Amino acid sequence: MIAAHHLPVLQVVLPLVAAPLAVLCPGARAPWMAAVFVSLAAFAVAVTLALQVAATGTIAYELGGWPVPYGIGLHIDNFSSLMLLLITGASLAALLHGKPVIDKEVQSRPVSLFYGAWLLAVAGLAGMVITGDAFNVFVFMEISSLATYVLIAAGPTRTALSAVFKYIIMGSIGAMFYLIGVGLVYMMTGTLNMADMTERLHGVDDVVPVLAAAGFITVGLLLKAAIFPLHAWMPNAYAAAPSTVAVFLAACSTKVALYVLIRFDLGIFQPSLEGHDIQFSAFLMPFALVAMIAGSLIAIFEKDLKRLLAFSSVAQLGYIVLGASLLTAAGMSAGILHLFNHALMKAALFLAVGSLVYRYGSAKLADLAGAGRTMPWTMAAFTLAALSLVGVPLTAGFISKWYLVLAAMEEGTFGWFLIAVILASSLLAVIYVWRVIETAYFRPAPEGAPAVKEAPWYLLAPTWALAGLNIYFGLAANAPYGLAARAAADLLGGGA
Amino acid sequence: MAWLGILNYWIFVLLLMTGMYAIVAKGNLIKKLIGLGICQSAVFLLFISMGKVVGGTAPILDGSDRAYSSPLPQVLILTAIVVGISTMALALAVVVRIKESFGSIEEADVYGKEAEA
Repeated sequence: MIAAHHLPVLQVVLPLVAAPLAVLCPGARAPWMAAVFVSLAAFAVAVTLALQVAATGTIAYELGGWPVPYGIGLHIDNFSSLMLLLITGASLAALLHGKPVIDKEVQSRPVSLFYGAWLLAVAGLAGMVITGDAFNVFVFMEISSLATYVLIAAGPTRTALSAVFKYIIMGSIGAMFYLIGVGLVYMMTGTLNMADMTERLHGVDDVVPVLAAAGFITVGLLLKAAIFPLHAWMPNAYAAAPSTVAVFLAACSTKVALYVLIRFDLGIFQPSLEGHDIQFSAFLMPFALVAMIAGSLIAIFEKDLKRLLAFSSVAQLGYIVLGASLLTAAGMSAGILHLFNHALMKAALFLAVGSLVYRYGSAKLADLAGAGRTMPWTMAAFTLAALSLVGVPLTAGFISKWYLVLAAMEEGTFGWFLIAVILASSLLAVIYVWRVIETAYFRPAPEGAPAVKEAPWYLLAPTWALAGLNIYFGLAANAPYGLAARAAADLLGGGA
Repeated sequence: MAWLGILNYWIFVLLLMTGMYAIVAKGNLIKKLIGLGICQSAVFLLFISMGKVVGGTAPILDGSDRAYSSPLPQVLILTAIVVGISTMALALAVVVRIKESFGSIEEADVYGKEAEA
């Protein structure tokens, strides 16, 4: 069947073609429906591809029929199919939840432009994940980044503008560093195809440019992924963005950069560069550990719920990087599993925050006092997802932290230090999560606060669906863990 | 004078550092963007110069046996230039809106007003 064969490329083409069409739709409802429909279709394609990968292994697709080292190849394995599910799923959930929130918060008129940018962001992120060509990653990265800048700048306050400016500067530097790195590798190998690159790097005599390239690529992508200490752009960008955009960004944007980082460093450089593993580990592990503590510590003192969650993301990204920097199959699978679970919990948390902001018009903790009584269902969903963030048993967050601790135990004595840091960070997470819960449930509403009703059902349904997934994957952890373990095996087996 | 042989790389480093300096040290948002532009040009030059083969000509097959320069980096950079222009246009548009809502394009003023609000 022709259509089935072309599924991989549809993942990018669908939102890319739909973006201008959505812009042309009149009113506020039609472009939203178009975006939801496309996200749904893309999600269906992602599910089909994931099943296909699980059944038959890696899918290779040659764009335009040009054979791979010369043409651009798409390449979908376990890891990329997991990421595709995240991207399209997050887009779908955020949009289903977001219609009233977007109508209220987004400043750009006509609002159809916003949905156009949204679909471009989806196309770019999906492209970054499935392409097998290093330069193509750069192009898709810039498509998604440019669209993301627009999405954040649509935020309700003028803080959005200064936050976006900072993000543009740092994001461009990140992309530029990546480009320099790709250029240096191209110079030494004469190829841009990732699989081909891995092969040819073996034969390179002078490794100095390749080491420089590894440095440039790693730092550039760390910037894009907002890994501590290169996260400066993120908290403001998340806080100032429309709540719906924050859901989407928190769930997948930084994770896609992290995906490319892992793919490049572990898939391409690791098998071909001697000593790269030690450098990678020694460079990233301290950052990951400091991120886990510092991110949580700053989150404790934040007064704005969105910024609090953003700093908690800095800490949680640290867990993922820690898993990757252990360089063992167990660590890698724990990292990938946490990448998936963290997307689930952060999406649920930001969806709940979106509902709160929709009703309260503010994400300041002080304004949200008493929310537990006025919006019990929303806060209950928030609490569930927050428990998952802390890592309470029976939630998805527990599973990934459990595997991370198991992976750390393999490291011997040093592992106990890692476990101590993991536990300390979780305890700090309890504190900042408790601050929110205490404010919402045990503080009286401030004097003169507006009367607030529970969020309507169409906001509650997606929030609870994602909060429910946190519990579901906490109980039935085999499916995502199996996928993560296979993805880790792919990466560490040397097959890019 | 071995370093003269890799002069193009020195120019790349110099331009990149100049741009970075402007991004970090200048408070004016437009000047920061100009710094970003200089950085991007540095990357373009890096790519284009690595495709050059000494004595090589344009890659047009005419039956004779000659050395050709690699056209691929130039093609790649054509894409990167388009991307750079888009980024710059978007960033300048953001600066215009910052000027409209903050009344200034000096970094200190903008963040100062933000802290007040």
